[in-house]
Amino acid sequence: MSDVMQNGGAAPGDAPATLTKKDFTSDQEPRWCPGCGDYAILSAVQGFMPELGIEPHKTVFVSGIGCSGRFTYYMDTYGMHGIHGRAPALATGIAVANPDLSVWVVTGDGDGLSIGGNHLIHALRRNVNIKILLFNNQIYGLTKGQYSPTSEEGKVTKSTPFGSVDHPFNPIALALGVEATFVARTIDNDRQHLTEVLRRAAQHQGTAFVEIYQNCNVFNDGAFDLLREKAQGKQNQIRLEEGEPIVFDEGNRCVRVGENGRYEIAATADTDPASIVVHDPHGRPSLAFALAHLSKGPDEPSCIGVFHEVERPVYGQAIQHQLQAATERLGKGDLDTLLRSGDTWTVD
Amino acid sequence: MSKAVRERNRIVVRFAGDSGDGMQLTGDRFTSATAVLGNDLATLPDFPAEIRAPAGTVHGVSAFQIQFASDDITTPGDHADVLVAMNPAALKADLDKVGKGGVLVLNEDSFTQRNVEKAGYETDPIEDGTLDGYQVFKVPMTSITVRATEGIGIGKKEAERAKNMFALGLVSWMFGRPTETTLSWLEKKFGSKQEIFDANVAAFKAGYHFGETTELFAESYRVEAAPQRPGTYRNVAGATALAWGLVAAAERSGLPLFYASYPITPASELLHELSRHKNFGVITIQAEDEIAAANMALGAAFTGQLAVTGTSGPGVDLKAETIGLAVIMELPMILVDVMRAGPSTGMPTKTEQADLLLAMYGRHGESPLPIVAAATPSDCFSAALEAARIAVRYRTPVILLSDTFIANSSEPWALPDVDELPTIDPAFASPNGPDFLPYSRDDRLARPWAVPGTPGLVHRIGGLERQDGTGNISYDPANHELMTRLRQAKVEGVADDVPALEVDDPSGDAELLVLGWGSSLGTITAAVGAARADGKKVATAHLRHLNPFPANTAEVVRAYPKILIPEMNLGQLAALIRAKYLVDAQTYSKVQGLPIFAEELENEITRMLDE
Repeated sequence: MSDVMQNGGAAPGDAPATLTKKDFTSDQEPRWCPGCGDYAILSAVQGFMPELGIEPHKTVFVSGIGCSGRFTYYMDTYGMHGIHGRAPALATGIAVANPDLSVWVVTGDGDGLSIGGNHLIHALRRNVNIKILLFNNQIYGLTKGQYSPTSEEGKVTKSTPFGSVDHPFNPIALALGVEATFVARTIDNDRQHLTEVLRRAAQHQGTAFVEIYQNCNVFNDGAFDLLREKAQGKQNQIRLEEGEPIVFDEGNRCVRVGENGRYEIAATADTDPASIVVHDPHGRPSLAFALAHLSKGPDEPSCIGVFHEVERPVYGQAIQHQLQAATERLGKGDLDTLLRSGDTWTVD
Repeated sequence: MSKAVRERNRIVVRFAGDSGDGMQLTGDRFTSATAVLGNDLATLPDFPAEIRAPAGTVHGVSAFQIQFASDDITTPGDHADVLVAMNPAALKADLDKVGKGGVLVLNEDSFTQRNVEKAGYETDPIEDGTLDGYQVFKVPMTSITVRATEGIGIGKKEAERAKNMFALGLVSWMFGRPTETTLSWLEKKFGSKQEIFDANVAAFKAGYHFGETTELFAESYRVEAAPQRPGTYRNVAGATALAWGLVAAAERSGLPLFYASYPITPASELLHELSRHKNFGVITIQAEDEIAAANMALGAAFTGQLAVTGTSGPGVDLKAETIGLAVIMELPMILVDVMRAGPSTGMPTKTEQADLLLAMYGRHGESPLPIVAAATPSDCFSAALEAARIAVRYRTPVILLSDTFIANSSEPWALPDVDELPTIDPAFASPNGPDFLPYSRDDRLARPWAVPGTPGLVHRIGGLERQDGTGNISYDPANHELMTRLRQAKVEGVADDVPALEVDDPSGDAELLVLGWGSSLGTITAAVGAARADGKKVATAHLRHLNPFPANTAEVVRAYPKILIPEMNLGQLAALIRAKYLVDAQTYSKVQGLPIFAEELENEITRMLDE
């Protein structure tokens, strides 16, 4: 296999350095609602792709149904806009069939966690070499405002006029639970953080799962204000930095190991520095799981950044290795020999 | 002692026993020995969906039927000449499948009071007159097997398990089958487990010698080899032939084969078989569900692989939306539907041809696609190649229909010269200017296949309506009508790119056309052959292409005053033919999970001619 295979996916840096945002911007005009968080994510992704150094023709964006599904059309790369929820399966086919491609999945909380939940967890389990961006706006936008599997309990929507009685998914905990090898969260309007998380996701070998808090200003405006609005956002974002003690709110608050080993938020001033959690994304998933459960949702201070990042064999590569090994052991397949295997007889 | 040998042209043998008795294996080995002897043959495995239903009950009976002959045969036979019943339940389940005066070889040891009652008999059928009119041979198979394996060093239970080899040995003697094939197979299978191997050989030989030496059997039968055209032959089951046909299509197109599937009876065999051929570069994925399997295949199709997903009816239902996506994306892909009896879970191990209208219409919107159906086990090979040819040439999903009967059944196959097999040109798009048009069309209305990784052809496809030419999203009313008609016209255009529908009408003035499709070919051939032997003038034609029909189909069906369509459904092809050609096609239906009997069909032919 080529070096590219070894790296799994198109190798960053093998394209001319002259790539620009324009090379990744298609001639189709985005048609999201004015003010939608998707614009910011699109702009950040288009702007970031040249940095990867992978040419547009070696890149494939795959999406499903929902507002996020249109993302594919706005990237000037190869693209497949599939049916509802199945993008991870389409992307698995693409990534396995051609390991030289850089494959990105764009999905939403309805597409990825409701109708497509099965494909999402199995892609994460297999560790296919794809990067999954889950735009979480906690609402169904394209169908005009029903509650989603990440909507908070009690959510009043068109389909839940008396409030939702569904308990929501915690997408980060879900991904950790199925042993995803890269799990991160970022926010639509924090371009720098978003770009940094995408960069780490792109470098990861295997499935990278990135939850992006995305504001739907029409059907669920302000759902993430506590974390994304300038005024209070900085105070409530718990930024995870590898090897650093987890402190936030300009150092005033921290995440510490409390009683029974539970993680809890505390005032830094009242905390023994030794009990402040030092973030280790390469550690046991249970640590990341505890961070995922620090808050019940984005209406409380919540972690952003890379929760978990570990290495595991990559699915497409494992398949290619089997093909190689079988060919070495059995010799290259010969059709005539195959047809004549077993008992035959000849009539003259 | 030399016994009389009676010549016969055709024999139907049925092995029946508990699911755990190894009847499929016994039948399979008998088939191999028969094939090597040069008889023509056709088989019918007939087993329950339960892996091991309660032992000794009728629900748990597993049977294997084979017809072999010194002339050309096309069905596994309507009625058995010989039934080997390993227990009372097998007798109870299958006695009605034995012809009048037929031979019953019963494992006498198993006819205990308890087993007789478990099978649902009130009294012992051997004693109470139930078997009057049959030739009954009571053979203590279990106890002889146990005696024959004494001293080998295996327990009684294991010894008893070899009784199917005793039955195989006995029947092998009855019909003069060679022993070498079975013995060498046993060596391959059990060679490393010396005691098990010894026990099976001892049981097999004991059965063979029992026939030869005891006075119970006065004569054996000989069925001469059937005249076959020169060539090298093998016996092949439909599932194997279909898998190999896909491998062949990959070889002849230069495209890697990508097969994604979710386990489902009776299509799992395809996944099993293809998974063995990784040295052909075949990628197989056992997906998390049917929908994922279809989408993985579609993703692979986008990247330029020969993409296939296989399933049975329930899986086709689940894949429908993805197939519709493949229709609008206009990517080459094959969906194999190994049909089984429905609706819903239905009868998973029983055959039916009731997915034709599902294949035809089972998607929302105007969603046309070509349909190809295999007619016999060995025909599955070329049907797979043909499905691949159409898929690749027309950039379209194709549904390839097989069914439980031909998937599990086997027949002798004259091996093709692989260098003579048709080639398939993927004709990938290459950059030819600044403005690539992913939805431009060639002379057969196929669009370019532009695979990711190719510079200059970057484009997006998806499930939203495409603008003609550019492939951009379009909600333009006139464009939608144009695209709908283009997709339809493209599929209809396949009609003149497939062989004309051949008619077999020896007298040239038949009044009745028997029109078939899929696995009913064997039955139709046998029934029409018998009717013609009886002096009747009957024409036949068999459709391999179900959508579109070959270009001359109108001419064929309108040439006959009477048309009879035998189908294992309630008249699905008849509905299509009647709707399209306005002819009074009559249906002969059977939906019992089993192939139509030749005799039944012959009677229907007679009835229609007398009308």
